[in-house]
Amino acid sequence: MVYLLFGYFATVSILAGVLTVALRSPVHCGLALLTLLLHIAGLFVLLNAEFLFAIQIIVYAGAILILYLFVLMLLNLKTEERYLHRKFPFLLFAGIAILGELLILMFQSPYAGAKGKATTEVILAVGNSHAIGLTMFSDYLLLFEIVGVFLLGAIIGAIVLAKTPTTPVAKTDVPL
Amino acid sequence: MIPLSAYVALSAILFMTGILGVLIRRNFIIILMSIEIMLNAANINLVAFSHYLESMAGQMAALFVIAIAAGEAAVGLAIIIVVFRGKIATNVDQINLLKW
Repeated sequence: MVYLLFGYFATVSILAGVLTVALRSPVHCGLALLTLLLHIAGLFVLLNAEFLFAIQIIVYAGAILILYLFVLMLLNLKTEERYLHRKFPFLLFAGIAILGELLILMFQSPYAGAKGKATTEVILAVGNSHAIGLTMFSDYLLLFEIVGVFLLGAIIGAIVLAKTPTTPVAKTDVPL
Repeated sequence: MIPLSAYVALSAILFMTGILGVLIRRNFIIILMSIEIMLNAANINLVAFSHYLESMAGQMAALFVIAIAAGEAAVGLAIIIVVFRGKIATNVDQINLLKW
């Protein structure tokens, strides 16, 4: 059953990833990206990461993707004639060659490492969200605060960039 | 038990799809979407290693990656709006003011 689910999630996410890159219309690409994100959330469930599953759906599919679709709606893009790069076949070939090399290296290398204390039984006993909360607010507290400051900076930057520029020069043209 | 290398291979394939998207697509917004694909591929890797090595560190890193991705999407889309308002197309070939 687990194999079946993994096969389904993996196949659909690869297909959706390829469609995201290959489809012509940007809105269709956005919908393919939505499929990809939802199926990756399914993979997180298989890996005993329920909290990340929820975060993936809420933040990625619920917030980031809606942001993309809103920008697509506001910009009203025209689908171009030539939407791919001129050297597209060459780049495709190079990418597939690099991928093959990567996979060969990957299947040859051993995977080992020092095992931590958070075994599946421990996480299941307290719950995934509880375990993540304990780790985040003890070992990763400084990183958490830094990410907070980063997000504040990103919000301010986005507002400053997207604000409609006021033109004080134009106001002086109005006759008094 | 699914082998760890299956997750790693899936992550590599998705990451390469994202890189190819950045390389071959000419639309600014699609390029940002490809970056999201790459971040998701990295997340799969992090969570898979976190599960198989029985440590919470990978899931922590994946959470922070998601937070950074949200900030990146907001700032990137704001830049796209600015570029589009300046009557420059969203085709990255035509955005070459800072080139050379």
